[in-house]
Amino acid sequence: MQYTLLILALPLLNFIVLGLVDSKWKPKVAGTIGTLVLTIVAALSYYATYEYFSFHKVNGVFEKLMPFNMEWLRFTDYLHINLGILLDPISVMMLVVVSTVSLMVHIYSLGYMKGERGFERYYAFLSLFTFSMLGLVLATNIFQMYIFWELVGVSSYLLIGFYYTKPSAVAAAKKAFIVTRFADLGFLIGILLLSYFTKTFDFEALTSGNASVFAGFTGVSFMGISVLSWAMALIFIGGAGKSAMFPLHIWLPDAMEGPTPVSALIHAATMVVAGVYLVARLFPIYDLYTPGVLHGIAYVGAFTSLFAAIIAVVQTDIKRVLAFSTISQIGFMMVALGVSKMGGEQGLGYMASMFHLFTHAMFKALLFLGAGSVIHAVHSNEMNHMGGLRKYMPITNITFLIACLAIAGIPPFSGFFSKDEILTAAFQFSPYFGALMTFTAGLTAFYMFRLYYSIFWGKEHKHQHTPHESPLVMALPLVFLALVTVFAGFIPFGELVSSDRVPFHSELDLTVASISVIVALFSITLATIFYRKESKIPSLLATKFSGLHKAASSRFYVDEVYLFITKKVIFNNVSRPIAWFDRHIIDGTMNGFASTTQWGSLKIKGVQSGQVQQYAYVFLLGTLVIAALVLFV
Amino acid sequence: MDYSSFLQMHEEFSLLGIMVFLLVYDIFAGEKAMKYFQPLALILLVIHTIYNAIPRDAFSIAGGMFEYVPMQSYVKAILNIGTIVILLQAHKFLNEETNRIKRGEFYFLIFSTLLGMYFMISSGNFLMFFIGLETASIPLTTLIAFDKYNRKSAEAGAKYILSAVFASSISVFGMSLIYGSTGTLYFSDLATLITGTPLQIMAFVFFSVGLFFKISLVPFHLWAPDVYEGSQTNITAYLSVISKGSAVFVLFTLLIKVFGHLVHQWQPILYGLAIASITVANLFAIRQQNLKRFLAFSSISQAGYILLAIISGSAMGMASLVYYVLVYMFSNLAAFGVISVIEERTGKVQISDYNGLYQTNPRLSFVLMLALFSLAGIPPFAGFFSKFFVFSAAAAQGFYVLVFIALLNTIISLYYYLLIIKAMYLNQNENPIEKVSSDWAVKLSLAFCTLGILAVGLISGIYGQISLLSFGM
Repeated sequence: MQYTLLILALPLLNFIVLGLVDSKWKPKVAGTIGTLVLTIVAALSYYATYEYFSFHKVNGVFEKLMPFNMEWLRFTDYLHINLGILLDPISVMMLVVVSTVSLMVHIYSLGYMKGERGFERYYAFLSLFTFSMLGLVLATNIFQMYIFWELVGVSSYLLIGFYYTKPSAVAAAKKAFIVTRFADLGFLIGILLLSYFTKTFDFEALTSGNASVFAGFTGVSFMGISVLSWAMALIFIGGAGKSAMFPLHIWLPDAMEGPTPVSALIHAATMVVAGVYLVARLFPIYDLYTPGVLHGIAYVGAFTSLFAAIIAVVQTDIKRVLAFSTISQIGFMMVALGVSKMGGEQGLGYMASMFHLFTHAMFKALLFLGAGSVIHAVHSNEMNHMGGLRKYMPITNITFLIACLAIAGIPPFSGFFSKDEILTAAFQFSPYFGALMTFTAGLTAFYMFRLYYSIFWGKEHKHQHTPHESPLVMALPLVFLALVTVFAGFIPFGELVSSDRVPFHSELDLTVASISVIVALFSITLATIFYRKESKIPSLLATKFSGLHKAASSRFYVDEVYLFITKKVIFNNVSRPIAWFDRHIIDGTMNGFASTTQWGSLKIKGVQSGQVQQYAYVFLLGTLVIAALVLFV
Repeated sequence: MDYSSFLQMHEEFSLLGIMVFLLVYDIFAGEKAMKYFQPLALILLVIHTIYNAIPRDAFSIAGGMFEYVPMQSYVKAILNIGTIVILLQAHKFLNEETNRIKRGEFYFLIFSTLLGMYFMISSGNFLMFFIGLETASIPLTTLIAFDKYNRKSAEAGAKYILSAVFASSISVFGMSLIYGSTGTLYFSDLATLITGTPLQIMAFVFFSVGLFFKISLVPFHLWAPDVYEGSQTNITAYLSVISKGSAVFVLFTLLIKVFGHLVHQWQPILYGLAIASITVANLFAIRQQNLKRFLAFSSISQAGYILLAIISGSAMGMASLVYYVLVYMFSNLAAFGVISVIEERTGKVQISDYNGLYQTNPRLSFVLMLALFSLAGIPPFAGFFSKFFVFSAAAAQGFYVLVFIALLNTIISLYYYLLIIKAMYLNQNENPIEKVSSDWAVKLSLAFCTLGILAVGLISGIYGQISLLSFGM
């Protein structure tokens, strides 16, 4: 399968060509070329997937293929860095995710970004990002992964800051880059620790379950915790940064300042799940040697998931709702990995996590692209500038609704199947955990339908000009992704992706499924009552049917109770404080680092005075201090 | 005495030959022949570099005054390449009406300092070392004050000579103490004679601050920003890369060859200096408005990172040091190249002047962005690998805390490097710097540096080749 090298090479080539020609070509030509190249990449990825899953199963186990692997940097006698391509079920699955979403975003952007300044630059950056992301998922060793990981960071920095005339976009780009870099520091230290003791970077050696590789770690501990646990925890911190886990999630909502298709690509489907992918990649180590860290991951995931879902309920910017929803859904994936074990039925969580990653990528990309379509039509991100759009934008309306049903977990949409597997795995781990995740799933259904109704139903907002459906290039990706969302749930995922690469058959747990569907339907009903109609209709009904008036008013009373509980109690006492905590404490701490640095540099500025005599004085003083310290200490 | 063994000093003689030839050419060539002065000088230097870049067998001549080991060929080659790049960048400046008459001097002085560094690197005796050091710094002073009617340039020259003399005198005092306690100045003898008596430790500290000054480590760095700001930008580049690069290599070899027994003294010293240099320089860099001063502080912190390679004292440390200097040379010279061409054409050096540079000068902005990414150590650019090797060298010797502090500092540094990238690409400006046209020489130098930034990290053979010749304790 040597041709998989082309999957990497083509986007890189595309970036170089588009980057070099800059504005010499017409924007349309650059966009078309970029899209065509990506179509080829996607076709190759699909073919590779087909070939891999059809022909590379040996004795019932999917092979690990390395069609290309070269030694690139010999470091010491035993430690060397390779560059190569690793094909196994999860990397092949990611190939499909990345190339599909990227292709959709390429097509969609032809319409969305039309007429923007720097259109060619935008497509060049998109190609760079796609290349980096594909390189990340195909990496054969952790070091190669790290390099592409950083490259992903760089290219997303460039994409978030694309609207460089907007100060908030620039600030967001910087925030995203620096926060994730901070986490990457943990990742790098983790890699160094791991490679120092195991003497290898290769995933193959690290995850083969060979205990001798980890012999170097025996008895080495730091602060009472084994160094292997430290290393794996640090690596997870790197993943938590990219995947926006609490408390490193602060950059993601701000990153929504970038162009909406970019949010769909980076902040919904690909880059943000890199952390999940990393944990999945190293899963055998987490499971066999550091189960404590793995459980920690589950707790972090569960907390983040709940936390983000609560915040999503009070947001009014539609992209921010989607951002918090993404954080929450990635939390689900992390939980699934955290509660999983190796092998067969025990590895249900692993499979569920990958399944959800796949389905979520599709429907969340759809939601973002749909939101982009809405923003394109009304020129605002604010919910209360929308309402009643279903008449004007039928395609967006229906596709958005499909995505909402999927994320809420309503059968037969794809999100139902993957979320159900996660909940089943969580219930197996601990009933409390399962209950917590089910509650979060209910919240998800609630805020998604609050979003849906506020955009497409409710009171119509007065628009300066009538909103219109988006052009065909933008509608096409929506329809395609909607179709995937409808049918992806029926993919027998366990037969393809599993923790030990042995296919297994997973069945729906009917109890869990029915509980989760009931909770979702209940939440949707609630959202329907609250947000579908403005309060005018009840009063109209009240005058026409006075008999029903009492019922309506008592319903209103129930409404009041619900409103009181949600708006007064939950919103004021839970969501707001959490949002406040998020804004002031978490953000404040990060800002604190920056201002302390600034303050420090202001204080010592006086030393640099321009006086040579003073320089000589400091020089001599320095010499004498060093001499004294060396001699007497 | 048989002087024929002196002929083994190929590299020194060939450079000296070029110097003399250019001096004579400069005096006797007519108006027409003078047009070819710069191309000729560059071609000669390129030939000289290629011819001498291949390592030979180690030898020692003049009774141990001059000691050659194969690694020195690489170090000298890096210095040569850097000098070629700088001369390319200075090409247009030296062709200007006012400077044409001083062109010969410029080349002669630059080659003199280079020759001084050669001797300093290959010295086997403190006297030889001192002669090399002074041969390198005194012509450098004249270069700094090259534009002598410019107040800032003259001031920078004065500051540099005063500080350099002060540093040298302390250094010589240290040497005298070494001689006093051991009775010899030959490195080979001193290795066994220096055993760690208090007098010798004092001697070591006084001697080494001379080199710390050259490398501009905190607190011996105060001259650097003023001098960098005042000198002509190409000379600033020379100071920050070539002069510094030679000094770190010498420091490493001396610490191992001569002061090997004092390892428990010099490791803590370097430890402290590394932390101080990286941190203090980072804090200052954030505040700078002038790009040249900014790069001065950036280069001080980069020097701090190099100390991590020295502190390890291992063969891996030496390999990573030479590799670091090579990568640092490409990155820093790319940055200085862009700054010098913009300063020359428009006179602008403030960071705020660079707002919106991308709109008018996309190529220059791109090169500067690559250079800054490389300096910040972001993969896959070469700067990442050099930092990685240096950190690994230190970590392999157990300096985990130091590596951790250095890693934290790379994040702070990322912040200020990004400030410049942000200015160029993201900040808005009503009237950004107009489009500047660069001549072929600058284009060539920038293309070469860009290639270096992109390729040196990715071509694994380079590090492998360097590490073959490295040695440690």
